[in-house]
Amino acid sequence: MKKLLSNPSSLAGLALIVFFAAVAVAAPFLARPPKGARNPYLIPQDGYSSEPARPSAKHWFGTTESQYDLYYGMVWGTRTAFEVALFVVVTSLFIGILLGGAAGFYGGWIDEILMRGTDVVLAFPDLVLAVVIVSVTRPGLFNAMISVMLVSWPSYARLLRGDVLSIKERDFVAAARALGASDARILFRHIIPNCVYPLLVLASLSMGRIVITAAALSYLGLGAPVGYADWGQLISLSRNWIMGGSGNSFQYWHTLLIPGAAIFLFVLGWNLLGDAVRDVLDPRQRS
Amino acid sequence: MGRFILKRLALLPFVLFGVTALLFCVLQFLSPEMRAALYVKDPRQLSSLEAVIDKYGLRKPVYVQYGVWLKQLAHGQLGYSETAKMPVVDAIKEFFPATFELTCVSFLPILLLGVYFGTLSAVYKDKLLDQLTRFIAITGYSLPSFVLGLLLLMLFYGKFHWFPPGRYGLDTDLLVHGDSFRHVTGLLTLDTLLNGDWAAFLDVLKHLVLPAATLIYIELALLLRITRSSMLEELGKDYVRTAKAKGLPGSMVVRKHALRNAMIPVVTLSSLLFIMLLGGVVITETVFDFPGIGRWGVEAAQQLDIPGVLGSTLLAAGLFVLANLASDVLYAFVDPRIRLE
Repeated sequence: MKKLLSNPSSLAGLALIVFFAAVAVAAPFLARPPKGARNPYLIPQDGYSSEPARPSAKHWFGTTESQYDLYYGMVWGTRTAFEVALFVVVTSLFIGILLGGAAGFYGGWIDEILMRGTDVVLAFPDLVLAVVIVSVTRPGLFNAMISVMLVSWPSYARLLRGDVLSIKERDFVAAARALGASDARILFRHIIPNCVYPLLVLASLSMGRIVITAAALSYLGLGAPVGYADWGQLISLSRNWIMGGSGNSFQYWHTLLIPGAAIFLFVLGWNLLGDAVRDVLDPRQRS
Repeated sequence: MGRFILKRLALLPFVLFGVTALLFCVLQFLSPEMRAALYVKDPRQLSSLEAVIDKYGLRKPVYVQYGVWLKQLAHGQLGYSETAKMPVVDAIKEFFPATFELTCVSFLPILLLGVYFGTLSAVYKDKLLDQLTRFIAITGYSLPSFVLGLLLLMLFYGKFHWFPPGRYGLDTDLLVHGDSFRHVTGLLTLDTLLNGDWAAFLDVLKHLVLPAATLIYIELALLLRITRSSMLEELGKDYVRTAKAKGLPGSMVVRKHALRNAMIPVVTLSSLLFIMLLGGVVITETVFDFPGIGRWGVEAAQQLDIPGVLGSTLLAAGLFVLANLASDVLYAFVDPRIRLE
């Protein structure tokens, strides 16, 4: 922990994530949902003109296409970003631990079947498979999260299986077995706690990629619907306006630059933090 | 060595079988009417969908359907893509060269820049150059390609009008689809040269600049990091110290001793990188309206053009599997310590 705080780049990463977390928690105070709104994640619209308006006192970050308030979208989008990232990492870690643990622990045909399964999923570029899954299960934010989860678990399962294979031969496992511990107890109390660090390193390193993949699905129109507070979706709204207006080619800069910067900084924060976690937890990287 | 390659080749059909099975399972979310499009060769057949459903047993159990579909697949019958307005096989022939061209143009700079700056970054660890390289790597890793792509378009197309999106301009379009144009490779940079048309060549090149720049910046990060860490590891080893103690000049130690060993993981990675590029072009092509496999696949997914989705995905997965194989073989080939049985 001390090491995490002494390194400037990991400190910067931590600061970024803490900042975004604060925004996510304080969202109802930073951007008050309009009265009578059923779902606070739906961005309020101010008028029906399609042309984005520049930042003003009323709309701090301006409005994007169709007059969605950009500030509101950014603030609530922070919540969406955290929800997506945490949901995908936790669920795919869970599946990875369950299947990877079983494969390594039992070996034999269970191992063979599960590992060939990971081979198949890993045979696709992850975004491509995610696009296929979302498109046939109907586009939407939840389906996008599920599809990113479905393409993310194999790398966790693989990593854990390898570690379980080596740890289950150790003496303390034999000792636990001699004491009459059940399979589940040996696996979850004795083996997995001993190989959880590499898994955590991988999880923190893959956080950024997960956020980018999910945002890419939203950008492609396969994730959150138009008007939902989601950064990827806000960026796709800026697509028609990058040429600018007559006389000023950067007239609509805010529609792209503000959500773009948010995604970039969010992912950067996770990546800096992930690097730091790896340096701390992975003894081979220590110099 | 030969046996290792054979063993990996023998595994190939199983993975491909799994890939097709997985895709087919995913498709079961759709109604038989939608899946019927997979077996259609011509849009006119769509008027008699019930007949198609009957013929291919789309209401029968899944494994029966899967068998029928595999047979179609083996005959190269992949259905008719609504988004491409042509049969899937033709669409692949049409779109793949564009993607391949973009990938090739981006690959070489990534390799050269990545190895060069990755090595320098390790040699000058913690100096300004190293800090700069690491900054480029971490930002490239964190910047989504659609954000970078749109920014580049805003600047170099919106502001300066230098590099337009698409694959070619209007004049080249007329030329390429004219009667006198000879299509040799499908790669327009080469074809325009072979036809001796400099203006068209420059036009095609101009359209490649921005998508290639996006891909290079995004994908460079991985190579930089791997080269740097691999080089750092080698530089810390005894033989490097010995070489230095013998009085060899530093540049010689780096180039002749450390770099050769440090390249082992990089070589394996580069074949994977090539394929990651093929996957990474999905977003880039969409942003730049570049008519390749990626853009077609995305359009097909958006409009639920199932044959299009399946065709582009199968192609991507097939290439991915082949590249993984190539990477394994390359690994065994480059590193004498790894002679797998």
